[in-house]
Amino acid sequence: MNLATINIAAILPTLVLSVVGIVVMVAEPFVGEQKKSNLGWLAFAGTLAAMLSLVPMANNRGQWYSNLWIVDDYDVFLDFIFLLIAAITILTSMDFLRREELNHPEFYSLLLFATAGMLMMAASNELVMVFLGLEILSIATYVMAGFRRADLKSNESALKYFLLGSFSSAFFLYGIALIFGATGSTNLLAIADALRSSKIQISLVSLSAALILIALCFKVAVAPFHVWTPDVYEGAPTPVTGFMSVGPKAAGFAVLFRVFLTAFPSIEDRWGSAIWMVAALTMILGNVIAVVQPNIKRMLAYSSIAHAGYVAVAFAATSDRGVSAALFYLLAYSLMNLGAFAMVTIISRKEDKLVNVTDYAGLGSKRPGLAAVLSLFMLSLAGVPGTAGFAGKFFIFRAALESRLVWLAIIGVVTTVISFYYYLSVIVQMYMREPHDEFSDVRLCGSLKFALVISAAGTLYLGLLPTRVLDWTTTAALR
Amino acid sequence: MLETWVPVLIFFILVAGFGTVSLVLSYAFGPKKPDARKLSPYECGMRPIGSARERFSVKFYLVAMLFLLFDIEAVFLFPWAVVYRDLKLFGFFEMLLFIVVILAGYIYAWKKGALEWER
Amino acid sequence: MLELILFYTFGAIAVISGILVITRHNVVHSAAFLGATLFAVAGIFLTLHAEFVAGVQVIVYVGGILVLFVFVIMLIAVERSVHERQYNKQWTIALITSAILIVEIAYGLYRGRDSLVLPAVVPPAAAAAGGNSEQVGTALYTSYLLPFEIASILLLVAIVGAVVLSKKRTPAEE
Repeated sequence: MNLATINIAAILPTLVLSVVGIVVMVAEPFVGEQKKSNLGWLAFAGTLAAMLSLVPMANNRGQWYSNLWIVDDYDVFLDFIFLLIAAITILTSMDFLRREELNHPEFYSLLLFATAGMLMMAASNELVMVFLGLEILSIATYVMAGFRRADLKSNESALKYFLLGSFSSAFFLYGIALIFGATGSTNLLAIADALRSSKIQISLVSLSAALILIALCFKVAVAPFHVWTPDVYEGAPTPVTGFMSVGPKAAGFAVLFRVFLTAFPSIEDRWGSAIWMVAALTMILGNVIAVVQPNIKRMLAYSSIAHAGYVAVAFAATSDRGVSAALFYLLAYSLMNLGAFAMVTIISRKEDKLVNVTDYAGLGSKRPGLAAVLSLFMLSLAGVPGTAGFAGKFFIFRAALESRLVWLAIIGVVTTVISFYYYLSVIVQMYMREPHDEFSDVRLCGSLKFALVISAAGTLYLGLLPTRVLDWTTTAALR
Repeated sequence: MLETWVPVLIFFILVAGFGTVSLVLSYAFGPKKPDARKLSPYECGMRPIGSARERFSVKFYLVAMLFLLFDIEAVFLFPWAVVYRDLKLFGFFEMLLFIVVILAGYIYAWKKGALEWER
Repeated sequence: MLELILFYTFGAIAVISGILVITRHNVVHSAAFLGATLFAVAGIFLTLHAEFVAGVQVIVYVGGILVLFVFVIMLIAVERSVHERQYNKQWTIALITSAILIVEIAYGLYRGRDSLVLPAVVPPAAAAAGGNSEQVGTALYTSYLLPFEIASILLLVAIVGAVVLSKKRTPAEE
């Protein structure tokens, strides 16, 4: 009840994003048709400002606002990933929205609000706060998925995502209710204390842990809760698909790690094997089904399921090394996947029509620069040495072996080999097939180039010099 | 505690009972001589044109949705008003911030013409 | 004793009308039963001494969300959908899986019934005042200050979403 409990610096990035989001939203009806792109740049500046404000936030470590809000290295690193995702997505969508005559700046405010929701999820020390962040992120993403209102597929995408997403939110809420009933608190640390100290019936706690796990597994799209992914990813506007494949996934994993490693470590024997099975199933299903996808957006959807499986391996390791590897992987995956989707945005052209793998035939001879960049992203997604994907997978499998998860590591390596097939088939199309398209209407403007440069540079940097970032993730993983 | 709500319960029972009893009584004692004219929907004495189950415009949905959101905003005001005396000025600014944020949404909706009845 | 009877009565009404909501072919009937469910849930909240939540349930759910449902029903061609084939061919599997889920949850609750921490029902002061709105207010506006302010962002997202998805843009686009 006093003002002393307020610490602006601890919530500064979230605050910046929300304020810029509101400004973009309110300004939207007032600016002329020509100046609407400026609001996109304003939103981009907002993400940069939020990134800068991570510095004062990092200097305010600890728990704030009645222990609802936590600032630690883990939080700061994840916030950095989220803001990077938002920045690249804004750069990718600016040209896209203009091309598709969807230049409504509400898109940027929805994106900024969604990102603010992700920051809340990473910083929540409390299940109710997690839920609020999750809902802000989800509702904004539902709307963005259906942003192309005149297109039936976009409608289908939004509707499917919305229905199944609300269903999974219900699971999450029921899990919160049960754990509140069992421990009398929704604060993660208080739950952990209650579980350690008193004799609470284990079946009640594992029931609520299971419900929370199901809801979060849906959000990060791991098998067997992945069925919605291909349809939703295929129908959504391509930059939104890129955002969905990395943003909610990273945020979901952030919460998954935080909740299970903070609140439920004492019942690890109950959920550990579930994670093991989820990880194995996800890697196998995602990679095997991706092989037969002719549509590149569906292929990348299954690929995103597979990558969630690798992060789940790091989760199954339940060690600091595992968390550190997962954080590294989330950053690497976000960069290379956003890059790949930026390329898909460019090649699909008007109305997102050309999204089959065969539409890339001969890109190597017609547009060698674009083909080289896309090859880099594909090789990195496959995990070829020298790229971010390889470094990430290496750290994850090492963490798995250290936690004696030999079989998971073996499944991971085998499925990685399978994944080479479908990633390389894109490269084969680009360089070894006769072009049946001149690619003359492929336009590349400044913002998209910028997005590609950031993702490509990041992918190479993490692949060639991973140590500095790895050091950062190692400190971030320590609790 | 719960006793304070007993009148509400009695009220509900009376309402439901009155409705049921009147329906049952008129069904049991009323004369029934139906014909086509009598069974048709009553529309100010005119003959009804077409079906009543026409599709309504999406405008209704937008209005209902906006109503709902501002309704939730109003709901937050109730417990705030109850403890306002204890919260003092802090509570005032707390609610001010909340309302200003929603107000931004209101301005947006207004300028977008969401409150206009478009044709 | 009266409370217990009322609790189970409201519970039964909620469950039965809930089942009717999903089994009626006519969506308007479903909406009517949904109203009954929501009212019964408000009753359950009352018997659990959550007066404020009961009030919110009636104001927001019955008064707002149900109306929204009816508008959405009027938006779609109900006449046609009554006669159309429904996409519920997998209902046996759905029934089995949800039955398993219900049994699992019931089992977990049954096993853990003794460790459910139930705080003392209502402090006498709140009971005398005839409600717990004060407690809700104190918690919401002091310790839960941050989530409260964040809720405004959630509402904002919903406003933008509703306008983006349903407002006419330019004549050419529609």
